[in-house]
Amino acid sequence: MKFDIILAGVGGQGVLSVSAIIASSAMKEGLAVKQSEVHGMSQRGGAVLANLRLSDRPIASDLIPRGSAAMILSMEPLESLRYLEFLSTAGTVITATNPVANITDYPPLEEVLAQIHRLPHAVTVDAESLARKAGSARATNMVMVGAASPMLPVSFETIEHFVQAIFASKGAKVVEINMSALHAGRDAAAR
Amino acid sequence: MSEMVLLGDEAVALAAVHAGLTAAYGYPGTPSTEILEYLIRYGRTHGGPRAEWCANEKTAYEAALGVSFAGRRTMVTMKHVGLNVAADPFMNSALVTVNGGLVVAVADDPGMHSSQNEQDSRVFADFARIVCFEPASHQEAYEMTREAFDVSERFHIPVMIRLVTRLAHSRGIVGTGAGRGENPVHKQHQPAAWVLLPGNARRQWRALLERSGDIRAYVAASRFNAVEPGGDGGFGVITTGLARNYFLENLDDLPSRPAHLHVGAYPYPADTIRAFVSTLARVLLLEEGYPYVERALRGIVPPAGLDIQGRESGAVPPDGELNPDIVRAALGLAARTGVTVPGLSLPNRPPQLCAGCPHGDSFHAITAALAAFPDAVVTADIGCSTLGALPPYNAIETCVCMGASVGMAKGAADAGLHPVVAVIGDSTFLHSGVTPLMDAVAADTAMTLIILDNKTVAMTGGQPTIRSSSELEAIVRGLGVPPDHLHVVEAHPRRTAENTEILRREVHHRGLSVIIGVRECIETAKRGKQEKTAAAARE
Repeated sequence: MKFDIILAGVGGQGVLSVSAIIASSAMKEGLAVKQSEVHGMSQRGGAVLANLRLSDRPIASDLIPRGSAAMILSMEPLESLRYLEFLSTAGTVITATNPVANITDYPPLEEVLAQIHRLPHAVTVDAESLARKAGSARATNMVMVGAASPMLPVSFETIEHFVQAIFASKGAKVVEINMSALHAGRDAAAR
Repeated sequence: MSEMVLLGDEAVALAAVHAGLTAAYGYPGTPSTEILEYLIRYGRTHGGPRAEWCANEKTAYEAALGVSFAGRRTMVTMKHVGLNVAADPFMNSALVTVNGGLVVAVADDPGMHSSQNEQDSRVFADFARIVCFEPASHQEAYEMTREAFDVSERFHIPVMIRLVTRLAHSRGIVGTGAGRGENPVHKQHQPAAWVLLPGNARRQWRALLERSGDIRAYVAASRFNAVEPGGDGGFGVITTGLARNYFLENLDDLPSRPAHLHVGAYPYPADTIRAFVSTLARVLLLEEGYPYVERALRGIVPPAGLDIQGRESGAVPPDGELNPDIVRAALGLAARTGVTVPGLSLPNRPPQLCAGCPHGDSFHAITAALAAFPDAVVTADIGCSTLGALPPYNAIETCVCMGASVGMAKGAADAGLHPVVAVIGDSTFLHSGVTPLMDAVAADTAMTLIILDNKTVAMTGGQPTIRSSSELEAIVRGLGVPPDHLHVVEAHPRRTAENTEILRREVHHRGLSVIIGVRECIETAKRGKQEKTAAAARE
């Protein structure tokens, strides 16, 4: 079994936290994991990409080869389309529909969403509204972890455990918000 | 042995701790920063080892040299271009008789994700005639770093660990071994070994060259330089660094397994390479970085009867970092394809200053003040302030190396340009801007230096500056900048008009002036606030 994930978003959207939770969960369940991140200049307000590879055999490359990702998990609709060359034809795009329009030539949102819906396998989630309902727009990335969870090769209980662990130092309220965001995302993707 | 998940950078840091590290020094630089950050955190929670940010890579290197002189183990960390700054102590430290293990961890940035060039530090290790290890996995990063300390003490030389971005910033599993204690303080009692007067230096240099036979023998026997025989008679592959992973990623798709030599320890094992290619008709070199082994193998007179393929033959692109698909093409395999959408074109999303960044306010003031001068020059520097080159600011014209804004402004003014404005961040100024400012003071150069003081090393993630914001004015005044032409202002939208006016006045002054624009980086300010809230929530 191998499961390659392209994680996409814009600097500041918490892409690395998403990656960390999925990676820790997979490791806990005995899978080999490699997780390649981008830090520094390219991260500053720009497009952010992380490569996350899960496998039951040793993994050679830190980077995902073209055409082999099982999932593109994106925090932002435009960014969900940027790395399609890495997605397997059987793979799925799971993306938030909420744009980060910090560039002047951002295309009309309807066009971006229409493009996503034309893909063979796509799941779109209004992650920001769900996060607000859960208690904070900043939990958008946890909604997306929830939305991805039914397809991930790890159990939901393990993911719950690491969402709790990662936010524990920020107090019970923050844990609660992120846990409800996680569940809201899972429910949304199941519909 | 216990297993942990670590960044490549962190695997190097933890290995140093387990190797008996006494002190580590460095200057932040992507992708090396997390090595020292890990050591600083570790030192705080475990009561040691000592780990400190320094003013720049040169001062960091020299502090490490002092630790080695005292007989204790030490590490110095930097990005590839940081080694240029530390080149003076680095090159000369190869000639002293290293006492306590001295390991130089250098993180290269092939593909220039966050850098102004993609120089390959293996060449620098060769220049200094020292040993260099190049890990291709997290486990190797750990094991090579531990071994590097032993090798340093065995051959009395500094030893380099060469990392690259994709290992430094990738997380993987590391099995760790039992730690070793620190060395006791043990000063060397042979001054000739550390006083590089010409007479001593000649002796030390000869001694280093005489040790090269032993060093080569050690490297030739190293388990990090390994040959795998193949089933494809005439074809073989030599990999270095991460290229091995991309080769292995594609191996199952090859009709037969080529012979494979991986080089992970340098000086490259020349005899091993000679023996490896002796039975081949064709060899492909896959190197993450320069065609370093490839050029040596090709030489000026290429070996007869051997087809050498690599970056210089065009089989692999001459620049940039490797990936599984580039290596796949070099191996002659058909390209994999993913999902394609005909006609889809996406706008780029380049890095940019954060919304509300104080640098943005300073750039607005600079652009407004210089609007009346079509020939105005704005030299700039390394860090977040470089983003002033991009829209919507388009406010700067140069970015070369740490501190260059100041010296280049002086030269441009000397050459006859006016007005000349130099823009530099606070940490970059403390790193390499102080000395060129002394030159400008000495000549009373007609230029204005603007120090963008956001109270942190922002681009690398918010490390503390070596001296605090409140001390900057006194430092600048102490260099001899005339007090009448030294201003400390607030970099805030409500002050932009006022700041524009001050700058306009100063560019009319035909002498040196300095303006310090102060406001904390919004990222570190936000983080500080969050930490306070979290602390309050815990209570």
